[in-house]
Amino acid sequence: MTTRYTDTAISLHWLMAVGLVGTFALGVYMHDLPFSPAKLQLYSWHKWAGVTLFALVLSRLAWRAGHPPPALPDTMTATMQRAAGLVHVVLYLLMLAIPLSGWLMSSAKGVTTVWFGVLPLPDLLGKDKALGDLLFGVHKALNLTLLGLVIAHIGAALKHHLVDRDDVLTRMLPRHKRQGDT
Amino acid sequence: MIRTALLSLALLANTAGAEVLTRLDPANSRIDFTYKQMGVALEGRFAAISGRVAFDPAKPQTARATIEVKLASVDTGLDEANSEVAGKDWFNTAAFPLARFEATAVKPLGGNRYQVDGRLTIKGRSQNVSLPATFTPDAGGGSFAGTFSLRRADFAIGEGDWRDFNIVANEISVRFKLRITR
Repeated sequence: MTTRYTDTAISLHWLMAVGLVGTFALGVYMHDLPFSPAKLQLYSWHKWAGVTLFALVLSRLAWRAGHPPPALPDTMTATMQRAAGLVHVVLYLLMLAIPLSGWLMSSAKGVTTVWFGVLPLPDLLGKDKALGDLLFGVHKALNLTLLGLVIAHIGAALKHHLVDRDDVLTRMLPRHKRQGDT
Repeated sequence: MIRTALLSLALLANTAGAEVLTRLDPANSRIDFTYKQMGVALEGRFAAISGRVAFDPAKPQTARATIEVKLASVDTGLDEANSEVAGKDWFNTAAFPLARFEATAVKPLGGNRYQVDGRLTIKGRSQNVSLPATFTPDAGGGSFAGTFSLRRADFAIGEGDWRDFNIVANEISVRFKLRITR
């Protein structure tokens, strides 16, 4: 029986972890900057990163569909296993919904998202200031929810490693860091 | 039958042409522009247009026109930018409230097409420009319409931190439709 994630799943997990932290931090930082060329540049980079993360989460879901994750340890109660599963579902939903809300917000604010300044994404919404402001609120609320869940996710992983002393954390770590790996 | 119709049309055109069009109709005139910001095409517009013209469709060579645009009436397509562009680095509307186009020659190119040569002055800088335009007559007057591009650097639009074309491109495409009446 498989007890660890595939190398592809591990790579995608950590690539997205770094990308999400960076893009989140950039988003918080850029928002309060005074209007300047640097601000416009950071906004573009934030959007490019968001589209990249959206593409990554889609490829991750596609990979996951063909490569189910290893089962959770028997030491976890059925309720805890269901709770863990639910959190993972919500994390995926947020990773999809956050870039989508950003893309829609950008369209409503009248600014087409052009990936890396080259590939324009279709504007699914027309310019509408009130809707743009509303979508900003949605984008922010979804991000704060993600922040809370990511903290819970990290806390749970550490609890598994340090308190339960099972392999739930280590099976998501790159291979060379694991002990007793064959 | 057709001959009679054509003849009366020609007569009609002649009587209409006998009258010189002198008034700009701001409610049916528009000046829009598009520009690129890190690969993103944005649409802007000037709302306040005024001018003095003298255009006789029968004698286009004698035409004269002065069109003025109140630069503070700009909508850049980007809410945050609208307050910025009145400032010193952009239009400096405190010192240069108006952009002015003075037509010096109108050459008929056949059909309803004309080449309008003139001098464009923005922010104290003047450039000779040559604008291709079409004239579409209507009841009571007619409209000149056309598109041309200008380089913002030629008029010092966007100085200081904004001088670099990596964020806001140099080329600005301007689309105009100016309706003139008797």
